[in-house]
Amino acid sequence: MRNLRTGLKELRHYPSAIVGLAFIATLVALALYAVIALPLDDAIRLWRAGEGIWEDTPRNASPVLLNWWPGNNHAETIVVRCSDEAATRSMERLSDDFAIIDISLPLEFTYDGFPDDVRVFLEADYEERRPHAALAWKTPDGREIELEERTLGERATYVVSGDRRLAERLGTEAHIGLFRQPDIEDDVPLKGRYELSVEGILFEPEGDVRVRLVSYGRVHGLAGTDHRRRDLTVALLWGAPVALAFGILAALGSTLTTLVIAAVGVWFGRWVDAVIQRLTELNAILPVLPLLVLIGTLYSRSIWVMLGVVIALGVFSLGIKVYRAMLLPVRNAPYIEAARAYGAGNFRIVFRYLIPRVIPVIVPQLVTLIPSYVFLEATLALLGLGDPLLPTWGKVLQDAFQQGALYKGYYYWVLGPALLLMFTGLGFAMVGFALDRIFNPRLREL
Amino acid sequence: MAEHNNRLMAARDLQMWFPVRRWGFIPAGAVRAVDGVSFELRRGEAVAVVGESGCGKSTLARTLLAIHTPTGGRITFEGRDMEQFTSREMRWYRRRVGYVQQDPYGALPPFMNVHRILREPLIVNGVRDRQEQEERIRDGLREVRLVPVEDFLDKFPHMLSGGQQQRLVIARAIILNPGLLIADEPVSMLDASVRVEILKLLRRIQDAHNLGVCYITHDLSTVRYFSHRIMVMYAGKLVEKAPVGGLLDDPCHPYTRALLRAIPDPEPENARTYRPVPGGEPPSLMNPPSGCRFHPRCEYAIAGLCEVEEPPHFVPRADHEVACWLFREE
Ligand SMILES: Nc1ncnc2c1ncn2[C@@H]1O[C@H](COP(=O)(O)OP(=O)(O)OP(=O)(O)O)[C@@H](O)[C@H]1O
Ligand SMILES: [Mg+2]
Repeated sequence: MRNLRTGLKELRHYPSAIVGLAFIATLVALALYAVIALPLDDAIRLWRAGEGIWEDTPRNASPVLLNWWPGNNHAETIVVRCSDEAATRSMERLSDDFAIIDISLPLEFTYDGFPDDVRVFLEADYEERRPHAALAWKTPDGREIELEERTLGERATYVVSGDRRLAERLGTEAHIGLFRQPDIEDDVPLKGRYELSVEGILFEPEGDVRVRLVSYGRVHGLAGTDHRRRDLTVALLWGAPVALAFGILAALGSTLTTLVIAAVGVWFGRWVDAVIQRLTELNAILPVLPLLVLIGTLYSRSIWVMLGVVIALGVFSLGIKVYRAMLLPVRNAPYIEAARAYGAGNFRIVFRYLIPRVIPVIVPQLVTLIPSYVFLEATLALLGLGDPLLPTWGKVLQDAFQQGALYKGYYYWVLGPALLLMFTGLGFAMVGFALDRIFNPRLREL
Repeated sequence: MAEHNNRLMAARDLQMWFPVRRWGFIPAGAVRAVDGVSFELRRGEAVAVVGESGCGKSTLARTLLAIHTPTGGRITFEGRDMEQFTSREMRWYRRRVGYVQQDPYGALPPFMNVHRILREPLIVNGVRDRQEQEERIRDGLREVRLVPVEDFLDKFPHMLSGGQQQRLVIARAIILNPGLLIADEPVSMLDASVRVEILKLLRRIQDAHNLGVCYITHDLSTVRYFSHRIMVMYAGKLVEKAPVGGLLDDPCHPYTRALLRAIPDPEPENARTYRPVPGGEPPSLMNPPSGCRFHPRCEYAIAGLCEVEEPPHFVPRADHEVACWLFREE
């Protein structure tokens, strides 16, 4: 039996432990960054994906990382607003309640692939008489393609890929047709400066029109986006603190309560011990996962409720038997007899003499237990019992699973959270195993 | 009444029976580890308890320390009856009695350093003042010659030698200023070279604090050096109580004689000659022999008496008690 502190210091002699610690440190850094950079309320709001929040992101785009591969140059998302410097805007007032507004939004397109879609978001100010707008598309080689003419509401969206007449005119999908090099067989995008021009007619003195052009990329963000256009970075980032908190709290909570109960049983013996043993056996036959599913379905899927239930079910876990076996010989140790002889009370003996003796054996177990709880959270999410609000790795996996991500080839959707889960497991496992070797020297030669 | 005031501890007919259950619940008798022990201990007096392994010496010690609750008889300490102790008196009693165990390494919590080990009894017994704690810890270490004190405070038990560990155990036992020290084979697990040192230390501490000492051993050779009186224990009972000189030079009980014969002779010529330990097996403590418990192994057993009736304590000489029919006055 060695001292806890010297044992922890010894960790640095184990390369695997150092790698594991590096993983854990990265996770902790990620978690801290998430919590600081993106407050929980914002994360929840973003993840809930309310109206208008994810207008400017593409659907099911791959991570930008894909473009780091040599030769890859997929289209990224470009957003141009009429308030941007590059945009021009002029208004000609012909009479009190009649004005012509000219807006031109430039779009620098340098990619080897076509965008996923193009949309124009139009906002208009008016009181009674709606403004009118005509949209046109100018290509770098000087062609001009008329897009649409329409009367504007307060908010209007022109979806290029949904314009069937335009598609017919261009002879291909509309958003591809807009960027396509003319006169060649293959679909090859023409690079250069495009321009969207909006000619509006206002019928009121105070009227105005604002325009936003979005060319959706095939790649977006560090982690890609999902079927609801949500940037997965939000979930992968916020998954870290949630996973760490859940794993560590659950592991600590269940281990410590179990240890204390085992120690109390061992110390008081007799009926106390007997009751604890029977409860443990009873608890052992409770099916944990079905119970969690039941609670998740009937009561609440909040991650904190789940955490509470997991800890509560862990209190009388079979670990009690293991700890009991470790504590029984300690109970009769002469140093405890000595403590009684100088008057140490039951409480002090349990917490200061009995439990510290087995702490070094418990610590490695505790560390290796953490990822299993992280996985449990992911499992629950996969079963549809994830927290309804929090973005977590498990919920990303669940979405991917439901949307048939692998079937459709959206590998990034599964790989991101899966890799993070794996690194978490690996990090804690490597540290845990090294600690185990330090504190249980019989394993050291392995 | 001076004699009476001088009495530190007394046990009267003390019994410690451990119930035995078959299959965990069917009562099946009891191990009579201590069975009717009476003695008195004066202030500043060292009494040795000797007897072979398993005769109940450690159980007697634990019972005196109130680690076991006796199943019969009574213990009085400084005139107060232990059975009637309030919890406050019990705490006082625990301060007044120190305990030195056999295995020094086992007796020290391996996860505490020296400082913490010595601080624990102080904390438990309400010495809250930090400064006082520090002073007493340092005084304790100096008293057992673990010096320079600073070198030891941060050490853990496994960093100390056996002798140092036992010194630490002794320091812990006396840190609460007890009036009585119960030492259960304090040197039997130590290297022969440090035994004398530790015994001398105990002796010095005893003199310095005028401690009563209950020194438990099965090694009669150290007894003369250390104690004033000897009590010989056999199968849970005291069979002979006498001052050291009288007992060692002229033992009465056949068991004591056999024990003394078993001590190796320091004369090299005689060391080779085989000296029998008391013949036969130690008796079962669950079904002790009837009458005198030693009679099956006794070469002087009186047929029709020893196996029938338990011998009372006879007084063949002043201050010398023996429980053997050979000394009945006719
Ligand atoms: N807590 C207990 N429960 C049941 N039996 C016990 C208990 N403690 C001691 N005994 C029994 O009491 C008897 C006396 O044991 P004890 O330890 O007092 O002997 P001892 O004289 O100290 O022997 P040794 O010289 O080997 O230390 C033994 O038979 C032992 O099995
Ligand atoms: Mg013993």
